[in-house]
Amino acid sequence: MEHIAILQVVIPLVLAPLCLVIPRYAWLIAFFGSLAALCCAIVILLAVLGVGDIFYVLGGWAPPWGISLHIDPLGGYILLLVTLVATLVVVWAHDSVSSEIQEDQINLFWCMFLLCLTGSLGIVATGDAFNVFVFLEIASLSTYSLIALGRDRRALMASFQYLVMGTVGATFILISIGLLYMMTGTLNMVDLASSLPELRDTTTVQAAFAFLTVGVSLKIALFPLHQWLPNAYTYAPSTVTVFLAATSTKISLYVLLRFFYTVFGSGYAFDDLNVDYILLPLSILAIFVSSMIAVFQKDLKKILAYSSVAQIGYMTLGVALANSQGLTAAIVHMFNHGLIKGGLFLAVGGLCFRIGSTSLSDLRGAGRTMPWTMGAIVLGGCALIGVPLTAGFVSKWYLIVAALEKDMWYVALAILAASIIAATYVWRIVETLYFQEGDSAGREVPVYMLLPTWLLIAMLVWLGIDTDLTIGIAERAAQSLVSP
Amino acid sequence: MSWFSHYNYWIVIFLMMIGLYIVICRDNLARKVIGLNVFQTSVFVLFISIGAVRGATAPILAEGFTEYANPLPHVLILTAIVVGVATTSLALALIVRINEAYGTIDENQIQAKDGDG
Amino acid sequence: MKNNFIVREVANLFLPIIVLFGFYVQFHGDFGPGGGFQAGVIVAVGIILYALVHGLKKTRQLIPDVFIRFLMAMGLLLFAATGLASLFLGAEFLNYSVLGSDQLTGQHIGIILIELGVGITVAAVMVAIFYAFVGRDAK
Repeated sequence: MEHIAILQVVIPLVLAPLCLVIPRYAWLIAFFGSLAALCCAIVILLAVLGVGDIFYVLGGWAPPWGISLHIDPLGGYILLLVTLVATLVVVWAHDSVSSEIQEDQINLFWCMFLLCLTGSLGIVATGDAFNVFVFLEIASLSTYSLIALGRDRRALMASFQYLVMGTVGATFILISIGLLYMMTGTLNMVDLASSLPELRDTTTVQAAFAFLTVGVSLKIALFPLHQWLPNAYTYAPSTVTVFLAATSTKISLYVLLRFFYTVFGSGYAFDDLNVDYILLPLSILAIFVSSMIAVFQKDLKKILAYSSVAQIGYMTLGVALANSQGLTAAIVHMFNHGLIKGGLFLAVGGLCFRIGSTSLSDLRGAGRTMPWTMGAIVLGGCALIGVPLTAGFVSKWYLIVAALEKDMWYVALAILAASIIAATYVWRIVETLYFQEGDSAGREVPVYMLLPTWLLIAMLVWLGIDTDLTIGIAERAAQSLVSP
Repeated sequence: MSWFSHYNYWIVIFLMMIGLYIVICRDNLARKVIGLNVFQTSVFVLFISIGAVRGATAPILAEGFTEYANPLPHVLILTAIVVGVATTSLALALIVRINEAYGTIDENQIQAKDGDG
Repeated sequence: MKNNFIVREVANLFLPIIVLFGFYVQFHGDFGPGGGFQAGVIVAVGIILYALVHGLKKTRQLIPDVFIRFLMAMGLLLFAATGLASLFLGAEFLNYSVLGSDQLTGQHIGIILIELGVGITVAAVMVAIFYAFVGRDAK
């Protein structure tokens, strides 16, 4: 039990090379890896909520000298999201991967997938600033190669662009860590937090903060830095798209929150340096511009990708409001949006699996022959818009309350107005898939593909009605961030 | 303190700007990767130079020495170099495959061939 | 380059020295400068030199892709297994002290195993990258 924190990261790491040694059972290994990670995440979350933060020291070297793992409620929450989506994706992906990836590369695919999972979990679990960079690069490098496995040749360019942007972002984070180390002589986050307050007015720490914010924003795909995201989501194999869309940007946002609140201290970002003056307009721009672009896209995956950029805007908006309500809303939306986009991309992946294309013109009328997939898209779309009784409504509601609390009624209006644009692009999908005449004759996807999809969609409805669970954990997470 | 006393930072900034300039302004993908490498190298120089202690020796215990350089930044950068190698080889592998798929590694020509900007 | 007498003979002469030096850097790593990363690259350089002189085909017969792939996985597994072994012996992950009879021997055993794992993986990955790039051209 005391080793649960390290097992969370090590289990997928150990299983990844096994996929190389035993190619035939690669899928099974990936399945067990993500299932074991899910169990770990559940145990960790319960322990964190019940007993308190988990600290784990690697190699017996006490911090600040050794590397330590530190999981707080926010970390536990994100671990649950990542492992839950990973497990469902692996169950769903068995046939989808066989149809999209060359046969001799399938075991490499699952190896990369497990490495990506390791990196993602490591970023969340670690309490060491440099370790964040290392795990970030593990996750990113495996993501680049996974994206490049897409069938379309444009996947190669998408992957390359992401690689360049991602590497620049990660190197910015590295510079920031170097500057922080220069000033404090430590890499442990808790230790950093205790020595930074007296250095807060130095140019070096301010430069470190700036580099970090820009670097992480690149990985988050914050509005003007989102160029890599739509192509990467669109041309990657369906399985990769689901996992990326549901987890990667949320993990980067987690890094931002971790540094803003735990390392620099909540007052530094918003009271001293007024990051919210930049973050707030950019978030609103992200919501509006990306939603508008999404309306005019011709490819289903691209619509959802641009919608993701817009939804990231909602999350950063919650952060930029800089009150605990806004933070809670941002954290809830991280979780809810992970489930929404996970469910939607699983359904779209099902369409892609049967019809072999995600371009809207090829999908006319496809919804009528695939009613269950269609139903998932409709419900997921409702959650995306924020229709009451879905999870999307809960997070937007909290966001509006947070905005009103700060007397920012124009922000609340903007959120409402953007929902109408969201309704437009969701309706466009539904109209094409269901009401337009088409000759596509896709059969309904197999049960084990429908099951994960509908599990996520059912969770959306359930979390929209019973809000205690998500809001409760998010409030705890926000609380532990603001006053650790 | 003269403005040139911390000349290592000037080197870092100089390399960093060259690297970023190449990444942004070159259309040839292979050159972009080289720019990325220069950019990363600048950060390596930053880390290595902050570990240096004037008059100190390599951090291996030996008689007659009392001051040692700080080994931690060097170890960190060893990790970062490995990451850099992995990034470069992955980027070059992508370029090889892009060249096979498009017959060119010029960004503008590739975008023209895909028909979207 | 197989037909160039000087290149071939010099390469043959240096090959064992390079690999031996790699092993020296590997196993001397816990006393002086060195360690798995550097040693792995040096050994890989030896293999790459062999491939440059004697051709990729012969090298691949000698060290097949499957074997390289196996080594890549094994190095990482050795690393993880060392960590997990200390876990099972009741200490934290990667706490080498419990691996031996006393703390000092434990640390020695631990660091040698870890560096060996790193060295194997790095050498295998370097050769794999070389195979992947050069093999592609030959098609």
